[in-house]
Amino acid sequence: MARPPLAAKLLGSAALLMVAAGLFWGLRLVPPDAFQGDVQRIMYLHVPSVSAAYLAVLVTFCTSVLYLWKRDLRFDAVAVSSAEIAVVFFGITLATGAIWGKPTWGVWWTWDARLTLTAIVFTMYVGYLMLRAFAEDPRAGARYGAVLAILGLPAIILNHFAVQWWRTLHQPSSLLRAGGPSVAPVILWPLVFNIVAMVVLYSYLLVERARLERIRHRAADARLKRGRRG
Amino acid sequence: MIAELLRRTWAMTWKDVTVELRARERVNAMLFFAALVLFIFNFALGPDRETLREVAPGLLWLAFLFTGMLGLARSFQAERENECFEELLLTPGDRESIYYGKLAGTVLFMVMAEALILPLFGLLYNLDIWGHLPSLALVAFLGTLGFSAVGTLLAAMTAHLRAREVMLPLLLLPLTVPVLLGSVRATQAILAGEGLAGVSHWLKLLIGFDAIFLVVSPLVFEFVLEE
Repeated sequence: MARPPLAAKLLGSAALLMVAAGLFWGLRLVPPDAFQGDVQRIMYLHVPSVSAAYLAVLVTFCTSVLYLWKRDLRFDAVAVSSAEIAVVFFGITLATGAIWGKPTWGVWWTWDARLTLTAIVFTMYVGYLMLRAFAEDPRAGARYGAVLAILGLPAIILNHFAVQWWRTLHQPSSLLRAGGPSVAPVILWPLVFNIVAMVVLYSYLLVERARLERIRHRAADARLKRGRRG
Repeated sequence: MIAELLRRTWAMTWKDVTVELRARERVNAMLFFAALVLFIFNFALGPDRETLREVAPGLLWLAFLFTGMLGLARSFQAERENECFEELLLTPGDRESIYYGKLAGTVLFMVMAEALILPLFGLLYNLDIWGHLPSLALVAFLGTLGFSAVGTLLAAMTAHLRAREVMLPLLLLPLTVPVLLGSVRATQAILAGEGLAGVSHWLKLLIGFDAIFLVVSPLVFEFVLEE
């Protein structure tokens, strides 16, 4: 339990190799964008991060439902770990978005619909982590966290419509659109590869963080038992 | 079944109203706070009539929501301070009736505060409120209902936390951004004299938000109350 199992080590190595290869492909091998130049390359980090972040949100939602249903703390360990990683990936998304926005739009931050939505979800999940930290009883924290994650999903969907109507400035999505992707294959393939690499990295982080959470549970149980005896 | 739920919900709401009538600790504070917010905004933004007129709908809704937050926080903290939480849990029947009862109380107190804020707002910021009263009341009610539907659940949750005063707004505000956006947009259209026809999609969003959270919140409410 204390050392990572072989499978996790392999997953970690694969994540490292894939992210390194993907970034090398995107940052060095692909020709610069015809309009935006080298700035556009930040997309190879930006889009994979946001994909992994929303995947993490989905995983938190599903494992939260499972936790409330089955009451197995292993589901909660995955939920809280995934939420933590989501915050990191949303952080990377917002930072790379701002760095890209400055030379392209001329400002670090703008109240564009998708940017705003990402910021709202980011604050929701920071709130989730604070909620977990402030709960006195860990089991209550697990329940509250699960309830918040469940409320979060419809709220994200409604927020999506709200900010969409509110304003839109962001480039429309180049990948997920009717009639297939609008990107040249020379850009598309490294992007897809980077997304896969980031998902592998996410899986590795999730496995390791959830393992850590389980160790924490055991330590807490052991402390409780010793306290009762003494 | 439904009649039973309604009866229990009514009992819960009536309990909160009675407590309020005797102790007067919630509504008075909310009313005074709301008046103060409108007053303070004026200093923060300067006396320029045109600027104030432009930002007025946003100000109005911030006043509504901040006041609502005050009422929400009290609704479960009062139970905790008076050590009534266990008795609350021992009430027979579904926990849903506790949720709906608390929700009805919060909406009632918020609407009372809003009924004072609105004329004061029209007076201080020199806006024509009376001509648009029915549509303003509709938007205010839809927004208040959605905000309280999420807020009641989160207030029950945060009442047990350390740093509960901070955690309620921290969790509630990101979740209710659609309520704020929709209500402000609709209020803007009403005050500009355009009516509700142009903002029907915002009204639908508000109704959708209310419907979703009036169903989802009571479903997960029992997990919050578990001891």
